[in-house]
Amino acid sequence: MSILVYTENWEGKFKKLSFELVSYASALAEMMNTSVTALSIGSAGTEEMRKLGTYGASKIINIADGGVGVFDTRVYTDIIADVALKEGATVLILSNNISGKALAPRLSVRLKAGLGSGVSRLPLSLDPFIVYKRAYSGNAYAHLIIRTDVRILTLAQNSFVMKENPTGAEPEVLKYEGAVKPMTEVAERSVQTGRMLLTDAGIVVSGGRGMKSAENWGPLEELASLLGAATACSRPVSDEGWRPHEEHTGQTGKIIAPDLYLAVGISGATQHLAGVSSSKYIVAINNDKDAPIFESAQYGIVGDALKVVPKLVEAVKALKK
Amino acid sequence: MKILVCISNVPDTTTKIKLAEGNSSIDTAGIQWVINPWDELSLTRALELKEASGGVIKSVTVAHAGPVSSEPTIRKALAIGADDAVRVNSVAKDSFSVAFELSEVIKNDGYDIIMCGIESSDFNGSAVGGMISEFLGIPSVSSVSGISFENGAILITREIDGGKETVKVPSPFVAVVQKGIAKEPRIASMRGIMSARTKQIRVVEPAGDVRLTEVVSYEKPAPRAACRFVDPENPALLIELLQNEARVL
Repeated sequence: MSILVYTENWEGKFKKLSFELVSYASALAEMMNTSVTALSIGSAGTEEMRKLGTYGASKIINIADGGVGVFDTRVYTDIIADVALKEGATVLILSNNISGKALAPRLSVRLKAGLGSGVSRLPLSLDPFIVYKRAYSGNAYAHLIIRTDVRILTLAQNSFVMKENPTGAEPEVLKYEGAVKPMTEVAERSVQTGRMLLTDAGIVVSGGRGMKSAENWGPLEELASLLGAATACSRPVSDEGWRPHEEHTGQTGKIIAPDLYLAVGISGATQHLAGVSSSKYIVAINNDKDAPIFESAQYGIVGDALKVVPKLVEAVKALKK
Repeated sequence: MKILVCISNVPDTTTKIKLAEGNSSIDTAGIQWVINPWDELSLTRALELKEASGGVIKSVTVAHAGPVSSEPTIRKALAIGADDAVRVNSVAKDSFSVAFELSEVIKNDGYDIIMCGIESSDFNGSAVGGMISEFLGIPSVSSVSGISFENGAILITREIDGGKETVKVPSPFVAVVQKGIAKEPRIASMRGIMSARTKQIRVVEPAGDVRLTEVVSYEKPAPRAACRFVDPENPALLIELLQNEARVL
């Protein structure tokens, strides 16, 4: 019996979410009186993999040859299902992100295991197994009973605080012995390296229509860089082509939950809030004091975004000195 | 070649969600029901592909698992341009059972491209598309932001960490689509609305009860504290509050 965590790395380093997943699994293992196995597919250094033990994984399995350079959902499902069966996993935990959304549903069918996706707390009870999950795009939370003996959870990002719980576990490197061959062929790839992933960022600085034009983003980017933040935008901004689609946060864009979301010149339509309402703190800067964003914000400034942002830049610079 | 677009029937995304008495469901009074936004974009792209395929794509079918009360939403999809529709006559129980029912339909009818939205705006499960592919044992590509035909090959663009990539997979496959797949959802024309009246919605009975999960209750998110306003002439105070009160800097 164990809890199996599917971890992910990015440019050779484990993503913050991987440590959140292991911390979550570790807390759940304590409730269930079991242990945590962390699984990593593809190459990650031994030193890097040991970090999974720091957050409570008592077993670390690395299928080094598993990925073969392409994310093929059938192959990844086969690898994870195989490890889950060998480990006798009763709970599988993935992130509710690109990979988790692609793999968890396949695993659910493969293992006939009930899926709770977008979970943001530890289970409310173990018997029956009830999880707390996002519903109605953040306008409600559901208490979901999972009736199967094996359960799969995808954890909402930034919903669980990392907690050290060192085990000293050493990674075991294993081979993929399954027969599934990738059917996905990559024709073209464009990746910007060395950039913070929006979904992984603790602070996000986001601009809306109130920024007026693409040329006005300079101070916003400077503010983001001073704060170590990622940049994001509202839908009209990406539709206008002022910013790339990858930055669009909202119901149909990215769903994020940073510690601090700074909404600049964003009115806060329901569809936008659906993507950011789980942020710990929302700060709004808008020239309309009746803008709905202020109902969701803890701090606000009523003023012209183009005038306020440069002043914030100065204030942060002064703070750093 | 045939495309199947799976659609979900959800409350209009501007709806202020209220819970019904007992919190076991939402209060549906006054709710406008619409095609799930990602499914609508997916249908739009499917129709564009068919029109550009020079006859290679023969039809675009929509499939829905739900009761007769969701037929107005299915009619809307037909009015937008789908050729025909299948409805599995069941009340959606969980993602697993919906995916099972839809995969039975696909097994019987045979489709080459199956398109599903990345999530429904009500249950936020992000599950049905991936589950269908595993029920059928076929490839799935998720977080898809583009599908196109080039020299007879289907090219799929998907989001990956830090960027995107274009991939090929053999048909049949499931594409789980997200933002970017189509610019704007297509709007039904008057002619489309008229012709939708005579298009067929085939009704099939559910193949079994296979649910694995059940929502026992809902709760509303805790209301946030009232916004504290900072003088626009003194944004340094905001930074100070974020640092010392919220402790996020």
